[in-house]
Amino acid sequence: MACGVGMLGLGLGLYAKQTQALPALALRPPGALAENDFLGACIRCGMCVRDCPYDTLSLAKPETPVATGTPYFTARGIPCEMCDDIPCVKACPTGALDHKLTDINKAKMGLAVLVDQETCLNFLGLRCDVCYRVCPVIDKAITLELVPNPRTGRHTMFLPTVHSEHCTGCGKCEKSCVTEEASIKVYPLAIAKGSLGKHYQLGWEEQKKHGGSLIDEKSMVDLPDRVPEGVRLPGHYDPASGMTAPPGMPGSAAGPVPSAPPGFGGPTVPSAPPGMPGSVAGPVPSHPPGLGGGK
Amino acid sequence: MNAPAGKRVGADALAEKGWFATYKWLLLRRCSQFAILALFLLGPLYGVWVVKGNLAYSYTLGVLPLTDPYVALQSLLTGHVPEKLGLIGVAIVLLFYFLVGGRVYCSWVCPVNVVTDTAGWLRRRLGIKGSAHLSRETRYWVLAMTLVGSAVTGVVLWELINPVSMLHRGLIFGMGFAWAIVLAIFLFDLFVMSRGWCGRLCPVGAFYGLIGRWSPVRVSAPARSACNDCMDCFEVCPEPQVIRPALKGAATGTGPVILSSACTNCGRCIDVCSKDVFRFGMRFSNALPTSEVAAASAASSKS
Repeated sequence: MACGVGMLGLGLGLYAKQTQALPALALRPPGALAENDFLGACIRCGMCVRDCPYDTLSLAKPETPVATGTPYFTARGIPCEMCDDIPCVKACPTGALDHKLTDINKAKMGLAVLVDQETCLNFLGLRCDVCYRVCPVIDKAITLELVPNPRTGRHTMFLPTVHSEHCTGCGKCEKSCVTEEASIKVYPLAIAKGSLGKHYQLGWEEQKKHGGSLIDEKSMVDLPDRVPEGVRLPGHYDPASGMTAPPGMPGSAAGPVPSAPPGFGGPTVPSAPPGMPGSVAGPVPSHPPGLGGGK
Repeated sequence: MNAPAGKRVGADALAEKGWFATYKWLLLRRCSQFAILALFLLGPLYGVWVVKGNLAYSYTLGVLPLTDPYVALQSLLTGHVPEKLGLIGVAIVLLFYFLVGGRVYCSWVCPVNVVTDTAGWLRRRLGIKGSAHLSRETRYWVLAMTLVGSAVTGVVLWELINPVSMLHRGLIFGMGFAWAIVLAIFLFDLFVMSRGWCGRLCPVGAFYGLIGRWSPVRVSAPARSACNDCMDCFEVCPEPQVIRPALKGAATGTGPVILSSACTNCGRCIDVCSKDVFRFGMRFSNALPTSEVAAASAASSKS
């Protein structure tokens, strides 16, 4: 008997481990503790469900791939309306929804991710903008980044760009995305957010913190740059001529080369794919007439 | 040991006491179970919010918090301390069931009790005799397993599969496939094991039994000398092992109060007894009935 109960216990334990992985489309209410802590704190009473004025939340049924009885919502179903008074959190008797959350804009229910650039209308060069317009934290959580449209060569693409610092994961962008299957989706943070790794230091951030360069700039050896013949990069020492080119735009390495000779950066050179991080400064335009391509 | 063939359990009581007296406590219990469920359903069905929540935690009229202490204990063992209202709810529920009898939760509140009672009744009516054997102590092992398991996994473990909360939550918040689990318990009790779920496996009942270990309100058999050994109480009782020490204790000098924490205070024994042997009483009034004391002293003076 004890053996049987032990086996039941092991089975339950395995099942418990499995439930700790929240599926991609299930989002927890505002203020929910991290999933591991949440499953120990939530007693499945449904008070948050009851006090949600928009019927956003439901309790997981046995067949739902979320720990049975715990509250969740799906963004494409009914997203969170981000009430100012956060009634769901107030109703929680255990603190599984953390009562320290008093500003709904600080909620982290999930993180919006523009999952499919191939179907996002703005990435196709249209002006849909719906996700940006409906975002309750407009211009902070989602901004439109302006990038030249390499296909037409004469238009601008307004690329919806999510900023995790401000995104609450309410799900309104996914709910209102006009494509048949949403092109922007909200995932639980554990799924959506990358992590740089502690050993990474961002030089420019460290420099800012320090108030100046952290190394002795003067003793730096400027090695020659490998560039096509005749091209001069701004601010760089050219050992052949013994000249240093005048400084150009700071941080413009990915930008267009001002002194490009005829043919350099022409149509045969593949441009960087749009929407890559850091590409805001723009890929090399594919030479519409009169834009630096001519002789 | 069984009632004479063709005679139904409680037939004597029906003949002597009438229909209402034979079903009084059963009716009261069903009223209690369904009234509690109805209170919970008033909100979602008719928008009248007397009670919010479910049996794990509820909030009545914005003043009375009630928390299931078993769920709360599992949560506590994962290392999480609930908010103030949750803790007050635990205290109120613990005090209440300590006073009226821990397993009053099982027989007067729990919705699964209706399911297993129905299975038990059908088992008697269909004359299904075979039953797999499992110790009645198993539930305490399951209870211990869920508590240790909650601490180890950090998850409120039993709530992942608890049929009691699944059924109650299902009725109020949407059933899903919880019906399949309830049906499984019904069939298990009916065909596999007599009184299998509530009597041997359910850790919720085991936990509430422990709360009521020293509860003052108990069923007693003060008129046990009138017992005619019809065995109807044993037939109808969900925990028949608790009756014998009290009912047949005259020989060993044991008092007439049913002291076992497994007794659910359901009162069915009171109902089906045609001789009115049982009644609700206090655990303190456990002195031997005066007639027995006289008989005992007479016997001792003779020897």
